[in-house]
Amino acid sequence: MKDRYHVVIIGGGVSGCGLAYTLSTMGITDVLVLEKRYLNAGATGRCGGGIRQQWSTRENIRLAMESVKRFEVLAEELEYEIEYEQGGYLILNYTEEEDEQSRKNVALQNSMGLDSRYISPEEAREIVPALNTSDILGATFCPTDGHANPFWVTEGYARAARRAGVEILTGIEATGFRTGDGRIEEVETTRGPVKADYVVNAAGAWSATLAARAGVELPNRPYRHEILATEVYRHFLDPMVISFSKGIYFSQTKRGEIVGGIGDPNEPSGFNMKGSLNFLHRMAREITHIIPSFRNLNVVRQWAGLYDVTPDARPILGAVPELDNFIQMNGYSGHGFMISPMCARLTAEIIAYGRTKTMSIDTLTVDRFRRGDLEMEANVVG
Amino acid sequence: MRVICRCEDIDEEEVLRAIREGYTDLESLKRHLRIGIGPCQGRTCMPLLIRILARETGRRPEEIAPTTFRPPVKPIPLGVLADRPGESENAGRAGDAEGDADHGTEDEPEGGGGR
Repeated sequence: MKDRYHVVIIGGGVSGCGLAYTLSTMGITDVLVLEKRYLNAGATGRCGGGIRQQWSTRENIRLAMESVKRFEVLAEELEYEIEYEQGGYLILNYTEEEDEQSRKNVALQNSMGLDSRYISPEEAREIVPALNTSDILGATFCPTDGHANPFWVTEGYARAARRAGVEILTGIEATGFRTGDGRIEEVETTRGPVKADYVVNAAGAWSATLAARAGVELPNRPYRHEILATEVYRHFLDPMVISFSKGIYFSQTKRGEIVGGIGDPNEPSGFNMKGSLNFLHRMAREITHIIPSFRNLNVVRQWAGLYDVTPDARPILGAVPELDNFIQMNGYSGHGFMISPMCARLTAEIIAYGRTKTMSIDTLTVDRFRRGDLEMEANVVG
Repeated sequence: MRVICRCEDIDEEEVLRAIREGYTDLESLKRHLRIGIGPCQGRTCMPLLIRILARETGRRPEEIAPTTFRPPVKPIPLGVLADRPGESENAGRAGDAEGDADHGTEDEPEGGGGR
């Protein structure tokens, strides 16, 4: 570790490593990534790996569509297998309200060029033959949605960034900041202080805690979300299947496990990452209702991770007004992996050019919470 | 060729290569190689892996922290879990002894949640 870098990125998940790699492709390699545990220790290494473009707000649709274009070429570019598959996302509607909302979503998505469509329960069963359609009102499907292996995406980014000269260090925590003149001058770490022109907060569920150490208040809060995996089975399920009203999602990985989770609306905010028996039962009940033949699948492991949730379920990007070199890259609210390529691109543009070029982030900076100018993302799951 | 992980079909050479590439803790090795996450959940491979890692990195086996233990102990069919009678919606919440299925050490030391 040197005593000064152009950019210090805090967080060794898909955001931090993706940003480090993206900066390196733009010729910026005087970069340090600090991870307090090990790469992928936070939400990236615990997530379901889904990559969905079917969102209800313009910004999330755009972020996801641009990210899919990146995922499509990422393995080749990184020279690293990422187990990317575009088997689509099948979103099941169980209530009149979500059926209605899904038609509006598809209209917005189609107007932005996304190939999603509203389909009948019978059409849904053509995509997933084992589906129980008895209580489904309708569904939407987008064939270019999919999933990838989050560990390997992050590893691929980290390896490519290191090859370009970026330093990625694990087991080092950012413990504080020395600020002055409206900037962060120095990051204090468990291995001593380091100076930086830019400091990026990509600390996931720990982002608000980290920002508070610089005197910056973020509205993000951590929430536990649980997930399980079954044994490996022959490939039989193409899409990720989700329901917003049930809060459930599941897919079959390229390796063959069914991986899925279900949200708990009563979950309190906190850093608890333990698995619960209650989750296993709730997940088992809902998933076997949706696909009755899943009753025979064996669960082999369960775990939990933390969503970094903002009040409008949209990410926080860009600098904070009080410290103009403190760049936020957090608040992903459970969908960070899928929009990470575009968020890395936008953040790299801020560092390289002083502003984003690919799209405006005016509605995604932290200022929106202070203005009270919020548009809620409705399509949150898990 | 010595097989280390039977579930995931990983031999000693692959483990040694990963260690040389810098995956020198069990959590990272597990995520990189997928070792220990198959049907046996590491019962066979983890002791072997710890010994190899200790040997290659000049540490004692007891200095190497094991990976977090993940329930269930044995594979359980979803149908059995779905049919469990009698539990209430709030059974097994955080702090409930029955619900604390994970006896790992995943609570973060710092607080700050729910602020």
